[in-house]
Amino acid sequence: MAQAATVDWKAVVADPRFQALHRKKTVFLWGLMVFSVVFYFLLPIGAAYFQELFKVKVYGPVNLGLLFALTEFIVAWAIAFVYSRKANAEFDSEAAAIVADIEKKLGARK
Amino acid sequence: MNRRHLVSRRAGYFAGALALFAVATPALAQGAVADKWRWLTFLVFGAIISLTMFVTYLAAKRVKSAADFYTAGGGVSGLQNGWAIAGDYLSAASFLGIAGLISIWGYDGFMYSVGWLVAYITVLLVIAEPCRNIGKYTLSDILAYRNNPKATRIVGAISVITVSTFYLTAQMVGGGVLVKTLIGIDYEISVIAVGVLMLAYVLFGGMVATTWVQIIKAVLLVTASIVLVIMVWSQYGFFGDFLSNVIADPKVQARVAQILGDGSKGMSPAELGQRFLEPGLLFKAPIDQISLGMALVFGTAGLPHILMRFFTVPTAKAARVSVIWAMAIIGGFYVLTLFLGMGSAMKVGADQIRAVDAGGNMAAPLLAQALGGGADTLLGNFMLAFVAAVAFATIVAVVAGLVLAAASAMAHDLYVGVIREEHVTPAEQVRAARIATVIVGAMAITIGIAAKGQNVAHLVALAFAVAASANFPCVLLTLYWKRCNTGGIVLGMIVGTVTAIGLVLVSPNMTYPLAVKAAQEKIVTAEADKIAKATTELAAATDASAQDKLKAAIARSDKAKGAAEARITEIGSERTSLMGLEKPLFELRNPGLISIPLGFLAVIVGSLLYRDKRAEDMWDELYARQNTGILASKAAAH
Repeated sequence: MAQAATVDWKAVVADPRFQALHRKKTVFLWGLMVFSVVFYFLLPIGAAYFQELFKVKVYGPVNLGLLFALTEFIVAWAIAFVYSRKANAEFDSEAAAIVADIEKKLGARK
Repeated sequence: MNRRHLVSRRAGYFAGALALFAVATPALAQGAVADKWRWLTFLVFGAIISLTMFVTYLAAKRVKSAADFYTAGGGVSGLQNGWAIAGDYLSAASFLGIAGLISIWGYDGFMYSVGWLVAYITVLLVIAEPCRNIGKYTLSDILAYRNNPKATRIVGAISVITVSTFYLTAQMVGGGVLVKTLIGIDYEISVIAVGVLMLAYVLFGGMVATTWVQIIKAVLLVTASIVLVIMVWSQYGFFGDFLSNVIADPKVQARVAQILGDGSKGMSPAELGQRFLEPGLLFKAPIDQISLGMALVFGTAGLPHILMRFFTVPTAKAARVSVIWAMAIIGGFYVLTLFLGMGSAMKVGADQIRAVDAGGNMAAPLLAQALGGGADTLLGNFMLAFVAAVAFATIVAVVAGLVLAAASAMAHDLYVGVIREEHVTPAEQVRAARIATVIVGAMAITIGIAAKGQNVAHLVALAFAVAASANFPCVLLTLYWKRCNTGGIVLGMIVGTVTAIGLVLVSPNMTYPLAVKAAQEKIVTAEADKIAKATTELAAATDASAQDKLKAAIARSDKAKGAAEARITEIGSERTSLMGLEKPLFELRNPGLISIPLGFLAVIVGSLLYRDKRAEDMWDELYARQNTGILASKAAAH
């Protein structure tokens, strides 16, 4: 880890671009995380305490409970899709810019 | 080890594996596959084993360094890793178990499957990429990054080995039972066969071969499921029509009436059928479900064999891509289980499924046989043989991943990191990894045989609970909380592991002789009443068919009474469980609800009470690196 020791990590973290990236990521990731956990636990809680609601028929034999369980799958995939879009479009390029700068500095010092 | 040496060793393994099957042949008992068709199962098994052995042979040439052995040199693509994660995760429990639960319990079984997918959101959002950016080979590498390496490696390795051993035992015992039920090979021989095959893959091919075995298995599993579901749809219709057929099916209606017992009186057949699509047939204690959900959603992110998969890809972006692929495959598979399970509830029927295996594990194999034309047809038996072979490949692939994770903790963390303090040559590292693999593999086979006949179903849940209560809080907080340090990691690992295991030891999962005795005594009284009633009726009965019916009923009750009495004699004067308890101290079957918050609390308290300058000094570096991935590829090459 000889190279890691020569990087001024304090400066990297203090870099306003890093701070901005970090803030954006934190809000986005933990927001999605809290949403997904709450949404997931609605299923076992609903199936236990709101059985009458889950039994309401929507279309033919299809009831709300079944639709809700299937929605869990769709929401999980949607979260994966949303996150991957956001990371590919914003987080990756912003991180790459910071990394490129650090590597340039490292190169100059050698 | 030179190549020729390797090849000859491998040839030896082949001969060993063949000999095993030769030995197995005379020891065959009756399984789901009829004697006449057993050759078909072996043919399909043989084809899969040959393919995976060929891959191992190719992989063995590529395994030269410790990085190759543990992480395939970081050269796995996101797509490949996604399939391998699915192969690592979709154990026999989820493949056969969930289809079985749905076929027997309807909606509740399907609801159970949701948590296994949602778990990957946690992995995707907060674990996969930072771990890729920071880690090298093992979970403890992440913990050791800014904390005291020796202390965190020791507690990390203990936790990894504990989690892997629980999971491994469940897989070995479950696998042995499964192979016995499917094709009638003796339990011990199937355990040894799984162990030897897995050792051949891991020992020679390391992570490269393990990855490919997992990919092949996942592809086979998904293909088999899709083919079965298409056949189910062609008979029963797609979604809406399919469900209409489910609720109109007499076998499904009879099953619901059986579950509800007296509660089903006055319900129309249509209502009984509809009840199969409604919650509450299986799960009676909602808080247990929530607790299990917590262990799943947070435990997956702490499973060492899953975490290890993220070190096999070159970049954080590839780690992200692999989780997204894994979520697509795993989620798609669980949606298919709805149709597999309900399809077998109609096509085979819960009674017949439960007759072969009370837990319902045989639902998917029996469905395959029935869809192919039944027990007397070539296609029916080919399909059963194929599903049985996939189930076998599933066990081997999952076991290989687990053994690699446990062996890496033993060799990389304990031996190289703690005992040798990193002063080892590359050749010594690889040798240590291989020796550890043999030790863990031998341990897996021994435990598998020793645990024969034990109820190990709750061990998987326990593995998830320990992973969620110890590994997950430690990994998460060292990555995201500046103040986290060695004190927190050590306390968190100990408290998380001990409370999760301790709460299970005093929970209703254990056997309580007094409760069992009371339940059995109830059966004895009930059956005795039935016999008395039937005997009076028999004396009064005049026509022969009614007499025969009553005699049969008496014989049945007599048998049930005898079994219950035998159980009571077996218990004898025993009063307490393994832990010396007369009744559970703790009512939850899954400890997650209590042990996960306690694990987090322990990391926080431990960190606040302890001063660790290194953890604070290294924070900026860790934080910059886990967010940007700078130098990550160099760290892997290093």
